[in-house]
Amino acid sequence: MLEHIELFFKSIFIDNMVFATFLGMCSYLAVSKKVTTAVGLGAAVIFVLAVTVPLNWLLDQYILRDGALAWLGPEYASYDLSFLSFILFIATIATMVQLVEIVVEKFSPSLYNSLGIFLPLIAVNCAILGGSLFMQSRDIQTLGLAFNYGVSSGIGWFLAILAIAAIREKIRYSNVPAPLRGLGITFIVTGLMAIGFMSFGGMLTGGDEEAPAEEAAQIETVTPEAEEVEVVTNTTNDIN
Amino acid sequence: MGLLSKKDAALIKDPLFDNNPITIQVLGICSALAITAELKASIVMSISVIFVMGAGNVVISLLRNVIPSKIRIIAQLIVVAALVIVVDQVLKAYAYSLSKQLGAFIGLIITNCIIMGRFEAFALANGPWRSFIDGIGNALGYGLILCIVGVCRELLGSGSLLGYKVLGDPIEKTGLYAYGYENNGFMLLAPMALIVVGLIIWVQRSRNAALIEEN
Repeated sequence: MLEHIELFFKSIFIDNMVFATFLGMCSYLAVSKKVTTAVGLGAAVIFVLAVTVPLNWLLDQYILRDGALAWLGPEYASYDLSFLSFILFIATIATMVQLVEIVVEKFSPSLYNSLGIFLPLIAVNCAILGGSLFMQSRDIQTLGLAFNYGVSSGIGWFLAILAIAAIREKIRYSNVPAPLRGLGITFIVTGLMAIGFMSFGGMLTGGDEEAPAEEAAQIETVTPEAEEVEVVTNTTNDIN
Repeated sequence: MGLLSKKDAALIKDPLFDNNPITIQVLGICSALAITAELKASIVMSISVIFVMGAGNVVISLLRNVIPSKIRIIAQLIVVAALVIVVDQVLKAYAYSLSKQLGAFIGLIITNCIIMGRFEAFALANGPWRSFIDGIGNALGYGLILCIVGVCRELLGSGSLLGYKVLGDPIEKTGLYAYGYENNGFMLLAPMALIVVGLIIWVQRSRNAALIEEN
């Protein structure tokens, strides 16, 4: 149970898809002009991640990884098909998106209308493939954890796009230097938000003894450590 | 430019500056930001994307009359995924540590929006040679921004370029460090990539007023 809670908060805040690994930036920038559309896309991302990450976990566990084919018989135990993971993952994602679209259209037309145009776009959203690839490289242990990872990183992405959409609606009334308008200011605001999110870095490492009220002070002291973790994940990416 | 006609040359030149995939078309941001803490990684990433773009555009352009339009996204994804597997295996064989460092981001070339964007916008409607040039041009424009960001971040962040300590040794206090210069470790962190790209956009748009967006 504890590891579920830990993974949940870690994927939402510390390893936030947008702010820590820059996944799904393209749609994040393109669809964040209005809060309502941002909510639609965010919900679709949570939904698709929750379906595809566990599915790809099963694929990885029982077909792709080194020795995964052992259930077919001892002579298959030495096969390592992990070089096929890109093509299988993306095929799963593309077909699942198509399938989800058909099912949702049939059984819940209202949901279909609100997600509608975003669903097909999602197949090429790097956040979705990234979710599966990070699930593989971080060596998630059980199916439940994989589902948890999919849902919580989706929620992290949702939070990010919701926040930037709200900020952009406000920025429209501000006097931004002309060359920075639109894309430029969005980049810089996202950068500042990412710096803000880095302060969550100490959330799961150092907060055992301190009371929640001291959190503000604690963030100050923990930041260098958090930065270190950031640098490592950013440059080597094979930690975790 | 004997090899290229004027129109073809424009296909290479436009995406480098005035129609840059990253700063103007807003495509392929994810990988541009995540792996630019070092120049070397940026260069390898650019080369990989140039290969995948060039080859992928040719394949899609050759197949453009065969692929049914309803399933074209899946077909395109499969083509890119196959090419990316080639890149990934080559990197694993010849540059293992680098491939470890780039990690999942090589796989994420598959969903790099530049590639899908150019397939949809160009290769599905043009012949193989022009599609090839368009692919190379756009990938070069992408690589240019990647390398600029990589240079800024590595030079200011760790005082080196491609691993060579061009500003002197920070521990022995030689070169610039003798005058009290310090590395700005903040440049190595993820958020600074966003801010550097934001600044590049700022510079580019103040030089060319036609690119300024409506508020």
